[in-house]
Amino acid sequence: MSTDAAPPFTVIPRKRRGVELALVAFALVLVLAAYAQVDLNVTGELSPRFSLVAGVAAGLALVAHGVLRWRLPYADPVLLPCVVALNGLGLTMIHRIDLINSPPVHGARQQLIWTVIGVVMFVAVVVLLRDHRPLQRFTYTIGLAGILLLLLPLTPGLGTTKFGARIWIQVGPYSFQPAEAAKLLLAVAFAAYLVEKRDVLALAGYRLLGIDLPRARDLGPILAMWALSLAILVLQRDLGTSLLFFGLFVMMLYVATERAGWPVLGTLLFAVGAYFGYLNFGHVRVRVGAWLHPFSDYDAYYQVINAQFGMAWGGLLGTGLGLGRPGLTPLARSDFIAAALGEELGMTGLMALIMIYGLIVARGLRTALQCREPFGKLLAAGLAFAFALQVFTIIGGVTRLLPLTGLTTPFMSQGGSSLVCNWIVVALLLVISHHARRPVATAGPLNPDAETTQLIRAAA
Amino acid sequence: MNRPIRRVAFVAMMMFALLLANGTYMMIFRQSSLEAQPQNRRVRDAQFAQDRGAILAAGKTEIAKTTTAKDRFKFQRVYPAGELYAPVTGFYSYDHGSSGLESSANAALSGTDDALFVRRLIDLATARTPQGASVQTTIVPRIQQAAAAALGNQKGAVVALDPTTGAVLALVTSPRYDPNAIASHDVDAAGRAYDTLAADPTRPLSNRAAREIYPPGSTFKLVTAAAALADGKTPDSTVASPNRLKLPGTSTYLPNSTNCGGTQVSITQALKVSCNTAFANLGLQLGEDKLRKQAQLFGFDQRHLAELGGVASQFPDQLEDSQLALSAIGQYDVAASPLQMAMVTSAIANDGVLMDPYVVSMVQAPDLKPIQTHKPTALSTAMTPANARELQQMMGIVVSQGTGSSAQIPGIGVGGKTGTAQSDLSRKPYAWFTSFAPLDAPKIAVAVVIEDAAVPRNDIAGGRLAAPVARAVMEAAL
Repeated sequence: MSTDAAPPFTVIPRKRRGVELALVAFALVLVLAAYAQVDLNVTGELSPRFSLVAGVAAGLALVAHGVLRWRLPYADPVLLPCVVALNGLGLTMIHRIDLINSPPVHGARQQLIWTVIGVVMFVAVVVLLRDHRPLQRFTYTIGLAGILLLLLPLTPGLGTTKFGARIWIQVGPYSFQPAEAAKLLLAVAFAAYLVEKRDVLALAGYRLLGIDLPRARDLGPILAMWALSLAILVLQRDLGTSLLFFGLFVMMLYVATERAGWPVLGTLLFAVGAYFGYLNFGHVRVRVGAWLHPFSDYDAYYQVINAQFGMAWGGLLGTGLGLGRPGLTPLARSDFIAAALGEELGMTGLMALIMIYGLIVARGLRTALQCREPFGKLLAAGLAFAFALQVFTIIGGVTRLLPLTGLTTPFMSQGGSSLVCNWIVVALLLVISHHARRPVATAGPLNPDAETTQLIRAAA
Repeated sequence: MNRPIRRVAFVAMMMFALLLANGTYMMIFRQSSLEAQPQNRRVRDAQFAQDRGAILAAGKTEIAKTTTAKDRFKFQRVYPAGELYAPVTGFYSYDHGSSGLESSANAALSGTDDALFVRRLIDLATARTPQGASVQTTIVPRIQQAAAAALGNQKGAVVALDPTTGAVLALVTSPRYDPNAIASHDVDAAGRAYDTLAADPTRPLSNRAAREIYPPGSTFKLVTAAAALADGKTPDSTVASPNRLKLPGTSTYLPNSTNCGGTQVSITQALKVSCNTAFANLGLQLGEDKLRKQAQLFGFDQRHLAELGGVASQFPDQLEDSQLALSAIGQYDVAASPLQMAMVTSAIANDGVLMDPYVVSMVQAPDLKPIQTHKPTALSTAMTPANARELQQMMGIVVSQGTGSSAQIPGIGVGGKTGTAQSDLSRKPYAWFTSFAPLDAPKIAVAVVIEDAAVPRNDIAGGRLAAPVARAVMEAAL
């Protein structure tokens, strides 16, 4: 028995919950200061509800933090503070736009209620799910549910058309955008499906220009997804969602199979679909027109033009919260909230927000790299990439980098479905990161000599 | 799976980098053009709520000023004399942009001119409300009022220049409009006022003095006469003046509208009675190129008075002989603004030197320190001094003995030229008169045009209508 063997070396990851608490506190201070500034700049005094809002905001952030401390101690410490900052600044901006109306409307109160629901769902996922792996068992159920949700707005009597897109369902006074929930469900379903089928899909077919293309018989899933995306584009007139789902699927296919042929094929299919959409749909042409030459038709491209005016007016440092005129841009509190923020916080402020989004994406992808099993890897990478794609398309659309697509700005745009679903996305990422960062349970180093029982292969 | 995830991470990073790069691009390259868009309400509102500098007439008379207002824009633009100076100041409106000096001198008036940069910084640091610079014009209220009163409600325009400097002393156009109505803070009422004016068939918003061109008719004979003198002829050189002239290459005849006093007359005599056939013959002798060169020396084919958006007067190209003959008497496609004809007269009066017309003499910072001062500049030497003095005398004879007798001022020598022009036979003719005074030391040059003059188509009639207006303006100046 040798006793001079090196002692077992185990890295014990630090939990970093204290860092998270400090960052959450910093985010809260930032948000509440911004909220107070809006009040002071617009009305000259703090609104009587400020202490209530501050209490609710701090309470929500601390509850979320506490739940992580309790159930997911190894979870990533940066995600929650980023989300608190974004959600809080979104609320602040909605509150600011509320004050433009006379008498003021209560969009922020509504949004705060949705935030409460979002945090409740976050807590529910963290407490009840705890581990993402069991989700793999329900691949097809979840996938079917996602597709049904996606197509729900097409149901006569249930779906409603707003701003030219048929992506809402209306139940009584409540409207809901099911695409957000569908995004979540389909990401889970894709991950589970692809982990199962990755070996088959990775088989090489033809080789073209140094890229292995998939076999023709394996094209089924990608073509089905393509058809579904086109259906969304055609039937619901929703460019953004269509792009988001297809992009998400192609990216996950690529990560699962490690075959560059998939994204190449996907990009080609997307280009064909986009061109088809441009030729056949007026609303797509309007979007492209507003992107390429917005000043050719002031009335048709009013929205995009005014968002540009707002950001130009804000300049580098912004007009200051409450001192700009974001109300001149239609939909300033939803699709164009990035323009409103760019006006009052300046391009510098908008870039800071983009960086916060970037942090969330980076942390999500980092979780994917750290994760030790394929399902979690794929799911984390997919959720993070979908988040990045969504931020890229909507902020890119508002700043005229891309044609505008009607996606929500995660955590900031007014709208409950998006907010709640994004809280769930973050909860899932935290669950995966907890499992990725948690020390592996080991039973100490194996020393065969020390074993008292030896395994002996039974003779057949 | 880590390799593709790293690549995906790279793609995500590129997306964020693109967002940031686009934001930077927007700030550096798009911001100023976005701010300059006329539909940009943020910029418009901010400018509309500025303490805009005043526009002054000579003698520190405020012809456009800013008063405080108790509404969402803290300042109201006011034009104390209403319609009188509208062709110079233009208007400053919320929904319909601005015109005249309000538009062309906007950078100075609003205080955004680069020359005011340091001051803006001080205002920013001391939290003082920024003030715009004031713009001093050359308009003389006495002359402007006389011109407006003399023109009355007749459709037309009057331009008066100081021949020695090019300063615009008066600039009147009729029908008029009141810029106060368009500058109103009741944006809807202002919009209605603008729409009414814009839809008015008599076009009150149009600046007939500098921005409209008309056939100059017989007043253009001054250009032809100047070209003839430059070509070596003298005032006494004779030229054939038949009763009617068959236009070369056509079967039409150009008649005289007055008795030329013989079939061979001197140029002085031809100008005195405004003899069409004599000047048509002169034009044919000189040829297209010499005539055009003389017209261009007087400023044709160039834009003048850019502050008010002046347009270029035209002398046509590639003329056939019949067209040349008509052009020499200011018909066919010759077209001139009243400003242009005042410039012709002022060049003759200034011994041949054409001064660049201007209306802004000085821009003053709010602390009254001059930021810009206009120095009178010569545009060209249109005639030799000797020829110019001969033409001055010939114009004096037009007024003392010829068609321009209505412009006579007791005790003061006046030189002038009448004109009656028509764009087509179905319209009433334009009555012209252009003149300068005093004859021996000119101080003012005036051009008057009256549209739709209800007079017979001859020069005496046109002169009778327009010359008294010119006379009133000259009297006010002397």
